Amino acid sequence: MNKPAKARIASTSLAGCFGCHTSFLDMDERLLDLIGQVEFDRSPFTDIKHCGPCDIGIIEGGVCNAENVHVLREFRANCRILVAIGACAINGGLPALRNHLSVSSILEAVYRTDMIPNDPELPLLLDKVYPLHEVVRIDCFIPGCPPSSDTIWKVLTDLLAGRQPELSSRQIRYD
Amino acid sequence: MTDTFMLDGKKIRFREGQTVMTAAIDAGIYIPRLCFHPEFKPHGSCKLCTVKINERRVSSCTTPAAKGMVVESDTHEINDERRMLLEMLFVEGNHFCPSCEQSGNCQLQATAYELGMTSSRFDQFFPNRAVDASHPDYLLDFNRCILCSLCVQASRDVDGKSVFAFSMRGIHTRLIVNAGSGLLADTRFDGKDRAANICPVGVIIKKRSGFKVPIGQRRYDTMSVSSPEK
Repeated sequence: MNKPAKARIASTSLAGCFGCHTSFLDMDERLLDLIGQVEFDRSPFTDIKHCGPCDIGIIEGGVCNAENVHVLREFRANCRILVAIGACAINGGLPALRNHLSVSSILEAVYRTDMIPNDPELPLLLDKVYPLHEVVRIDCFIPGCPPSSDTIWKVLTDLLAGRQPELSSRQIRYD
Repeated sequence: MTDTFMLDGKKIRFREGQTVMTAAIDAGIYIPRLCFHPEFKPHGSCKLCTVKINERRVSSCTTPAAKGMVVESDTHEINDERRMLLEMLFVEGNHFCPSCEQSGNCQLQATAYELGMTSSRFDQFFPNRAVDASHPDYLLDFNRCILCSLCVQASRDVDGKSVFAFSMRGIHTRLIVNAGSGLLADTRFDGKDRAANICPVGVIIKKRSGFKVPIGQRRYDTMSVSSPEK
């Protein structure tokens, strides 16, 4: 008898700190349950460089530079359900504290006018740090800095079971 | 003798002079609210406490309770509208909860938890608002102001100092400090003032006390905003 096909999950961190991914790993032995049900596509856990067709994409961090925009659009194009995880993905978070300053004033303060890096390999900074849903459509949000592994587990198990994720007020935290 | 009205199918007793809000509080029923405070005259401006009476939306904190009225509050429709108001408040300021000392004690945050807000559907304003750290013991972080006016009322009506005021109109309305310099240090503001301990969000912050209580052990980490006060 054929086993049911595993769901495919991709994840990445844009302007984030990987804290949400660390919290994801905090689900401990439940990871074994999860790995029975899913396969990872592009993710820090696999080191696959580009996202292929997936059931669920999970994105941590806001959008701060041109590369973030490309990666986010690649995820949106390939993932049936796109999940914004963590404060930065949802409202820009800590990186967005730069949003009331101009990019030029920040670069000049950090590098001085004669030393601003200009290598074509470096992605250009955006004028502001944006939440994900201001750039592409997002289907599901998991707030928190980071969200607890219980909250992440709840959303993932809901999605894998084909349910609209529902978090109780106890599971919703912004800090 | 007391009269009654119906709130979400429950009979609520009220006394002469009570509003829908105060009668509901006395009955142990939570109606979401931000600008309402039992010590001060209600002004119905945040609209979180909106309820439906005879198909009309009214602020429950300013609507006198009346015999036989039928009030809808905890419904999918009204809670969805309340959630939208919260989302607007969140994008209008800079509410970065993880770096806010008030996180866990914040009524805006706790109300958003209560109403199941996971994100805002609106674009962030990212306004540019300066912090006033001039006072030796308190700082003002205007990024988090929701214009509830409780500090304005407390300073004027209880402390008799009128340290705070609103300036401008509509979307441009902002909280200001009543001093020639505009700085808190140049007022008679004191930590013992009622105004120093009234802010429902994280604008008026006591210095040198940050993170004494760790995140996770604060007021709304252990109870919900809808729990009865007593």
